[in-house]
Amino acid sequence: MSSAVLEIEGLSARYGEAQALRDVSLHVGEGELVTLVGRNGAGKTTLLRCVMGLHRQSSGHVRLNGTDISVWPPYTRARAGLGYVPDDRGIYATLAVEENLTLPPSVASTRWPLTRVYDAFPVLKERRAHAGTKLSGGEQQMLSIARALRTGASVLLLDEPTEGLAPVLVQRVAAMLQEAKREGTTVLLVEQNLRFATTVADRHYLLAQGQIVEALANQEVIARESELLRHLGV
Amino acid sequence: MEYLALQLFNGLVNGSFYALLSLGLAVIFGVLRVVNFAHGALYMLGAFAAYLLLQDFGVGFWLALILAPIGIGIAGMVLERLLIRRLYGLDPLYNFLLTFGLTLMIQDGVRLRYGLQGQPYPAPAELAGSVSAGLVAYPTYRLFVIAFSLVVCVAVWYVIERTRLGMIVRAATERPELTRALGINVDRWITPVFGFGVALAALGGVLAAPMRNVSPLMGSELIIFAFAVVVIGGMGSIAGAVVAGFLVGVLASLAAVFNPALENVVAFALMAIVLLVRPAGLFGSLEARS
Repeated sequence: MSSAVLEIEGLSARYGEAQALRDVSLHVGEGELVTLVGRNGAGKTTLLRCVMGLHRQSSGHVRLNGTDISVWPPYTRARAGLGYVPDDRGIYATLAVEENLTLPPSVASTRWPLTRVYDAFPVLKERRAHAGTKLSGGEQQMLSIARALRTGASVLLLDEPTEGLAPVLVQRVAAMLQEAKREGTTVLLVEQNLRFATTVADRHYLLAQGQIVEALANQEVIARESELLRHLGV
Repeated sequence: MEYLALQLFNGLVNGSFYALLSLGLAVIFGVLRVVNFAHGALYMLGAFAAYLLLQDFGVGFWLALILAPIGIGIAGMVLERLLIRRLYGLDPLYNFLLTFGLTLMIQDGVRLRYGLQGQPYPAPAELAGSVSAGLVAYPTYRLFVIAFSLVVCVAVWYVIERTRLGMIVRAATERPELTRALGINVDRWITPVFGFGVALAALGGVLAAPMRNVSPLMGSELIIFAFAVVVIGGMGSIAGAVVAGFLVGVLASLAAVFNPALENVVAFALMAIVLLVRPAGLFGSLEARS
């Protein structure tokens, strides 16, 4: 069992009166790919936002490599190695494709310099001078993931990267994540697509009404797929 | 025909001031989400700074053109640190109350000391007289105002569109929260950006000093037009502010050829049409979120 790179302990968060997360604890080991599955509104996105510092928890802690980062502002968290891929992909319309890629400062000697990104996605190179939002939905998703990889982030936080993508592009995202994982990147992935989650992940947490209800090994999820799908309301 | 050409140049001169002021407003609104109603008063302070530099220290126009924007820009940065900063995340109503209140205080402060009556300010000797500009002879100084304002606008556009700093400003304008999550310390740029926008207003003020009497209320009318220009160009859009600035200036002056009363109507009629047809402004994007 590898040591925890990302550790969330007793995290609670609220939006006004509504409790979004209750006492959530989880950990992701070095080089592990862990998913958070759950219905819409279960609190998955809020959890990622808390880890990134975009939503302030009401209690609890977030630790990165053993350091408590619970009160750090978002930009220092990013510089400490968190790479964020938001649920809306977060592509800037007022930035060209290449600017979208190079906006975040590098945080480590990266395995994904611009040349490698362009080799892997020739379309991004071809359209590097175009506005970021002129790309198709799938291309924007690749751009968003590539942007996080380019910085050399050691932990990727991805919020539903396969949402709305055609099957061939879902495979493309899976290949990207597997490649990142092979190179030692730690990944926390929010996912509704169980099939996709089981093809890439080591472990899973099932989130319901802001609480972790089960921690599951990948094999368990595969074995209980139909039951879990019913739970997810798919 | 000559009158038409004359009015075209007058329009470009007015447009120069609209563009400089709207540019500052657009940059400030983009990064701070603050509508700076004090912008007209800061423009006036720029003109007064030039006037005082000349009266009290014998510093002429050219040096004032550099010193006044820097000084007023620094004052703007202090203002942001002390007061504007407290607006972030509050109801926009406080934004209006504070910056409009500042306008009244600045205007009346100057008025208390120097009175309402305007003070004359001489144009630099190098730019005295007029030159032949196509059909008409046009004052050299005013042609300089047009050229200088264009150079400043293009330089600002270049910085915003072609440099890394500009890229950060654009990113922070479009998606402030995400930009922070991508590792950019957006807050570090807030004070300098406000100072820069204020410096542009002060620069406009210095340029206006030789053309208009330097008076406490000189910015109060101009600022209304600058706001119309910002809305027409698209809130927070750099190119929009510049293009709409010159557009409004020229259209208003040309409309005055047909009926002088139309001059002041054009900006607001255009604003109404743009809001109906393209609510995000000529260069604005509805996708840009706050």
